Amino acid sequence: MIYNEEFETLPREVLEALQLKRLQQVVQRVYHTVGFYRTAFDEAGVKPDDIKSLADLARFPFTTKQDLRDNYPFGLFAVPMSSVVRLQASSGTTGRSTVVGYTKRDIDVWSELMARCFAAAGLNKNDIIHNAYGYGLFTGGLGAHYGAERLGASVIPMSGGNTKRQIMILQDFGPTAICCTPSYALNLAEQGRAMGVDMRNLKLRVGIFGAEPWSDKMRDDIESALNITALNIYGLSEVMGPGVSMECTEGRSGMHVFEDHFLIEIIDPETGSVLPYGEKGELVFTTITKEAFPLIRFRSRDITTLNIAPCRCGRTHVRMDRVMGRSDDMLIIRGVNVFPSQIEAVLLNIEGVEPHYQLIVERVDTLDTIEVQVEVSEKLMDESEGEVRVLQNMERRIVKDMKDYLGISAKVKMVEPKSLQRFEGKASRVIDKRQI
Amino acid sequence: MKVEQISIFLENKPGGLEKVTKILSDVNINIRTMAVADTSDFGIVRMIVNNVETATRVLKENGFTVSRTTVVAVEVPDRPGGLHSILEVIAKENVNIAYMYAFVEKSGENAVMLFRFDQQDKAIDVLVKNGINVLPGEKLYSF
Repeated sequence: MIYNEEFETLPREVLEALQLKRLQQVVQRVYHTVGFYRTAFDEAGVKPDDIKSLADLARFPFTTKQDLRDNYPFGLFAVPMSSVVRLQASSGTTGRSTVVGYTKRDIDVWSELMARCFAAAGLNKNDIIHNAYGYGLFTGGLGAHYGAERLGASVIPMSGGNTKRQIMILQDFGPTAICCTPSYALNLAEQGRAMGVDMRNLKLRVGIFGAEPWSDKMRDDIESALNITALNIYGLSEVMGPGVSMECTEGRSGMHVFEDHFLIEIIDPETGSVLPYGEKGELVFTTITKEAFPLIRFRSRDITTLNIAPCRCGRTHVRMDRVMGRSDDMLIIRGVNVFPSQIEAVLLNIEGVEPHYQLIVERVDTLDTIEVQVEVSEKLMDESEGEVRVLQNMERRIVKDMKDYLGISAKVKMVEPKSLQRFEGKASRVIDKRQI
Repeated sequence: MKVEQISIFLENKPGGLEKVTKILSDVNINIRTMAVADTSDFGIVRMIVNNVETATRVLKENGFTVSRTTVVAVEVPDRPGGLHSILEVIAKENVNIAYMYAFVEKSGENAVMLFRFDQQDKAIDVLVKNGINVLPGEKLYSF
């Protein structure tokens, strides 16, 4: 089913004309309202009037996550705070997270795009949607919530965690759809089975899964464990949140990017040059309708391909494949985005921790785990209370700080001094053993 | 009156302790007694050796994290209630034991236990006052 038949099936040339008009407007607007863009455009020698066609966008400078951090918290907002009705943020250590703002109209657009996603999954107002994305600063929970309400479905605002209760609600309320991370879906299936619940015979029909990388193998596992159709959704808080693109039940091959609101480019992450459809590269987003927090050529760091071939569902919007990797070192642990540099900042804030550490990321059963290996120092051993206690307190402190500052549940392992690899030049402290 | 002890951090993996005993044996260090405090992923080996200086130095040279601390060696009568008579004195003074382990040789008719107290000096004071024999380090290093 198509929620907004008119805009989702626009003929390409009409769509592109609309995109151009919207792009010209947003580029004008940010040039005059956001100091960062004025400086960036001036330095690159481009003017808003230079946009005569969509291809002209390639002459404009990129915006990076670092630019967002540098302008923390509200430096990139294009409207006065009086027009902002919502703030959301990604996790960060020292306050340097990414903050995004929304006007009333931005929330309205976001709700519609999420409603489009649910419709693409075959849902309508008769459905009950179990929303297990986290509510709060993370965009997942509220984004999906507003979309479900817009569609007219009944939404259960479960948020994350409390798995036993989730399983009880799944049985008692009989939701027909669920949204969460794919690994959490597998976890629910497993724990439900362990509780003696027949997880294949719930009323669930479809699952909308995203916020972390997953594979077709995982899709098969989820579909057979829960007896549902599993669909892929994509979004990123900087660009909007969930609902930037969504797979349709008809095609089930790639996610339609809602191109009437986002311009998407694929670039070579090394050279920055734009690649043709079909080639693998990094996704770059320009928001063409957002008011509070417009982004021009935002480098997502997500690596994938774009497919312009018509889809049997009738939508004309380009499809992006699953995210195949990152062009930076960001890790996604159970839906939480975290950079090794953030973990390092947490560790080095703890007295007595040596600056030598290693991160081991694994997928155990269905859940991602991260182990932080830290070398012990003599400072930690020199204590009257008993060395074991001091070291164990240190382990607990690291676990707590990881949770408090980054929102990740880490395991900590103390290792012998000099046992971790030393690096000359760029250190690679992450060992990712996940086979997704 | 205190006995010098060395503590060594070890990861919980095969061959960990063997490396330590090899290093000590190569420089002719005699381990008088030892105890291992273990957790799920690491252990602390505590030992009394005949030459603390040399043992600490060679272990550090070989990359181990070593610390030197002190413990109190107490003669414990080798009969029913022997240990209890000592703990009674300690408990009454509100002194806490962080950990304890045994020395392998006897001192005359008595066993020897090594204690780490939260208030070491106070503990020694109390023990001596109650006529309990506290052994000096030199006695244990060479015996």
